[in-house]
Amino acid sequence: MQRIIDKIQELFANDTVDRVLGWKTGEFSWERTPHVFTKEGGLDGFVYDDFCGANLSKYLIDESAKKDAGKVLVLLKPCDTYSYNQLIKEHRVKPENIYVLAIPCRGKVNVDAVKAAVGTTVLAVEETEGDDLKVKTFRGEKIVNRNDVLFEKCQVCQKTHQVYDEIIEAEPYERPKKDRFAEVEALEALSPEERYEFWRTQLSKCIRCNACRNVCPACNCRTCVFDNAKSGVATKANTDDFEENMFHIIRAFHVAGRCTDCGECSRVCPQNIPLHLLNRKYIKDMNTYYGEYQAGEDAETRGPLTNFTKEDVEPSIVYGKGGK
Amino acid sequence: MQVEESKEFKPTIVAFCCNWCSYAGADLAGSSRISYPADVKIVRVPCSCRVNPLFILRAFERGADGVILCGCHPGDCHYSTGNYYARRRMTMLFSMLDYMGIERERTRVEWVSAAEGAKFAATMKDFIETVTKLGENRKLRDLRCKE
Repeated sequence: MQRIIDKIQELFANDTVDRVLGWKTGEFSWERTPHVFTKEGGLDGFVYDDFCGANLSKYLIDESAKKDAGKVLVLLKPCDTYSYNQLIKEHRVKPENIYVLAIPCRGKVNVDAVKAAVGTTVLAVEETEGDDLKVKTFRGEKIVNRNDVLFEKCQVCQKTHQVYDEIIEAEPYERPKKDRFAEVEALEALSPEERYEFWRTQLSKCIRCNACRNVCPACNCRTCVFDNAKSGVATKANTDDFEENMFHIIRAFHVAGRCTDCGECSRVCPQNIPLHLLNRKYIKDMNTYYGEYQAGEDAETRGPLTNFTKEDVEPSIVYGKGGK
Repeated sequence: MQVEESKEFKPTIVAFCCNWCSYAGADLAGSSRISYPADVKIVRVPCSCRVNPLFILRAFERGADGVILCGCHPGDCHYSTGNYYARRRMTMLFSMLDYMGIERERTRVEWVSAAEGAKFAATMKDFIETVTKLGENRKLRDLRCKE
């Protein structure tokens, strides 16, 4: 963290940037809120540690469009640079107003998983030098290995920095070996009835807080289709299973081909719905039918759903698929 | 007086037909006096790629038991490339519906040209048979609206 602060101070001093998009400490010891630090305001409360899970790239849409302001420095983890690249591709940010500082990451800690691991109320979580986390609870201090409580997105992460102005090199660490499509494949192997039951159980938890939509860097329409007052589904909770299905199918469909699999939707879901399984299903299908594609790897090529070939598979391929 | 109600299940089918090929194909089926079941409700769209995935979900919500999208044969699109995009989108959407446990036979894409009146009728007959076998659509519908 000290290396990052030194770099920021250096860039402040030579007037390269006049504000920083980073994370700020919050009320709880694990709380990290995205925050814009200005040159005048200083870096009070600035933090970068194992709890900084939030992807800051979406804030750049507003931040880079500000008039009469200098460049904004943004701190991007490897996965965040894909989202940023995708935003450049879609002309949603102004790269000339942005200075990207690529920062190292070896997976972020999910506090909900920490709470589940210790099985009691957590008062504070502290990092230590090694892989252990010191967890203060009502029943004394406990030690949890950080690698056991990472976000799902970090457990399958193979991402590397794609785009940056400057990089703070990471110490090499062991990448996870989990296959990111394993869960999707397990679901596909079930019978339709079992799949239906699985999704009913999951989606009926949805309270339509729209957090998954609001946090998603690919979901960046100024006016969302679900905010249309005439649609009958705007600003209200789902009242039946159709609305749940519709919201989640369409939310995932609208980012299909543009989703970088940054995992923010599942991270922010207050009901812990595995939303990434919907996005990954689309990614997996597109990889299978239209060739391997990772959104955000470049800022030029067309995504699978804005492109076609004359030899594409027919939709009837769905009937011939495996599963029971 | 009591009216005997038929207990036989009649599916409601929504067919999105592109203006240039399939709608004309349906027209040809009609003017050639080829009969096909009356359970098909045709919605005319300018091009198969006009069909938003929401349209299909909405049709199911409002009581459709099956939704079929008909467009020009690939390569024959009036707008050159519209149906190529539609093809990719529908593949993705149908695959997702299948993934969520909705019967995969309830959705279909078929390419019908303006000269294929007979094919249009045959396609609809076949699709209705499939959906009738599946029975009523209960998974993608607001069940509280039912009696």
